[in-house]
Amino acid sequence: MCGIVGLFLKDPALEPQLGALIAPMLASMSDRGPDSAGFAIYGAARESETKLTVQSKTPDESFGALQRGIVEAGLEARIERRETHAVVYAPAAAQAALAALIAAAPELRVMASGEAIEIYKEVGSPRDVAQRFDLAGMAGTHAIGHTRMATESAVTILGAHPFSTGPDQCLVHNGSLSNHNDLRRALRREGLRFETENDTEVAAAYLTQRMAQGRGLADALQDGLADLDGFYTFVVGARRGFAVLRDRIACKPAILAETDRYVAFGSEYRALVDLPGIEAARVWEPEPATVYAWEH
Amino acid sequence: MRTFDLSTTSLRDLNRALHAVEAGANDLDFEILNPRGAHAVAVGLDAPLRVVARGSVGYYCAGMNARATVIVHGSAGPGVAENIMSGEVIVKGDASQYAGATGRGGLLVIEGNASSRCGISMKGVDIVVRGRVGHMSAFMAQSGNLVICGDAGDALGDSIYEAKLFVRGAVKSLGADCIEKEMRPEHRATLAGLLARAGFDDVDPDEFRRFGSARKLYHFHIDNAETY
Repeated sequence: MCGIVGLFLKDPALEPQLGALIAPMLASMSDRGPDSAGFAIYGAARESETKLTVQSKTPDESFGALQRGIVEAGLEARIERRETHAVVYAPAAAQAALAALIAAAPELRVMASGEAIEIYKEVGSPRDVAQRFDLAGMAGTHAIGHTRMATESAVTILGAHPFSTGPDQCLVHNGSLSNHNDLRRALRREGLRFETENDTEVAAAYLTQRMAQGRGLADALQDGLADLDGFYTFVVGARRGFAVLRDRIACKPAILAETDRYVAFGSEYRALVDLPGIEAARVWEPEPATVYAWEH
Repeated sequence: MRTFDLSTTSLRDLNRALHAVEAGANDLDFEILNPRGAHAVAVGLDAPLRVVARGSVGYYCAGMNARATVIVHGSAGPGVAENIMSGEVIVKGDASQYAGATGRGGLLVIEGNASSRCGISMKGVDIVVRGRVGHMSAFMAQSGNLVICGDAGDALGDSIYEAKLFVRGAVKSLGADCIEKEMRPEHRATLAGLLARAGFDDVDPDEFRRFGSARKLYHFHIDNAETY
């Protein structure tokens, strides 16, 4: 069992409140996934600048060393720390040198990269995780959160969701995949890199590969119906989009709500009860084997 | 009538009060405010209570219900009225997966739509759905009646035993060993009675088709070995 929440804003007036709206949604799913929690938030993007979310078990030392490395190399980049994570902002020209600095520091883990995405995840209760990173204070256009009850790999930060395997992409999963080992081998042969033995990371990488081949988000998910075997409710984030897919059996719960102002996803209705205007929202369960996608 | 507001009272206190009603008690009416998708609201009742929930409920509402009437003014999460023994459960909105699963008696009315596996393994309960039902509904249904005023999803009645299925709308597909059957006068009478009990006066029993078991699967036959 796991819990998923998602919020895709249509009304820009709600963007400053994105974190405040989704933090209680994440906390409401604590008993579906008490092991660990994580969230992806798509925040303000600046022209010609990318964001890299990095994580470390020893943040004081690691982020300090990274800061010194940036200064020594004369890179035009800045670090904003949030607890065990930090977002590194850098122009395109500094990307390669920055990636080399991070690769040379084995204690640094890249959680996400892109124009808008930031990913934060930790072991512990979802409410605590949201508070540690001050999710409620974050702004953005859309966000996806996950509370994990581990089944397929260890309870670690790297095993927590969301998984990001491509720029501005992320995926969260409730369920378990049965053909992830085969699929991982096939994707590795095609050059994809994996950080964990986790099944969900394979689904994320599969979508990344499809989109790299030119498929759109919705089409890549449609392909997944044929290639991903197992139980799943997926919620997927992209730079401008947000999508939902359930397997053909659709045992894993899912509820969508839509108003003029937002699209919201919850594993249960409990996750949605505090959203503004939820009483008048269109609320439904996504059909099995059917892709639902929204884009800005 | 006693009112429990679940924004200020615990679910345990509510269910304890519902279970504590003694035989011969006069005050059998309960109202539940702010259920907000809570799990296990009004489960395991075994008295002629009338319980009204004002809002949507989560997993397993009115599970194992006996004798009580439970009315949900909202939608219900997975497993509403699971293993209902008797009494009535009425959902004014939609119901999630496996509504009325394994129910042995009583009546479940869903005024909206029901999701997948509605009436899975039903064993005597009557279920009346105003809207449509999702895939795998009435899977391995053993006895009782499932009335669907809208459409039915894929694999309706897969591996069905002796439950009777009545569908007014389209059936996307029938499951293994489920076939359309003749609507005889006694079936029409059963259907009309269930629609009347559900309060669906505007629904004409003559617009329904009946489905049930071809009885080829549940007695072992070597020729069917591939199908098991």
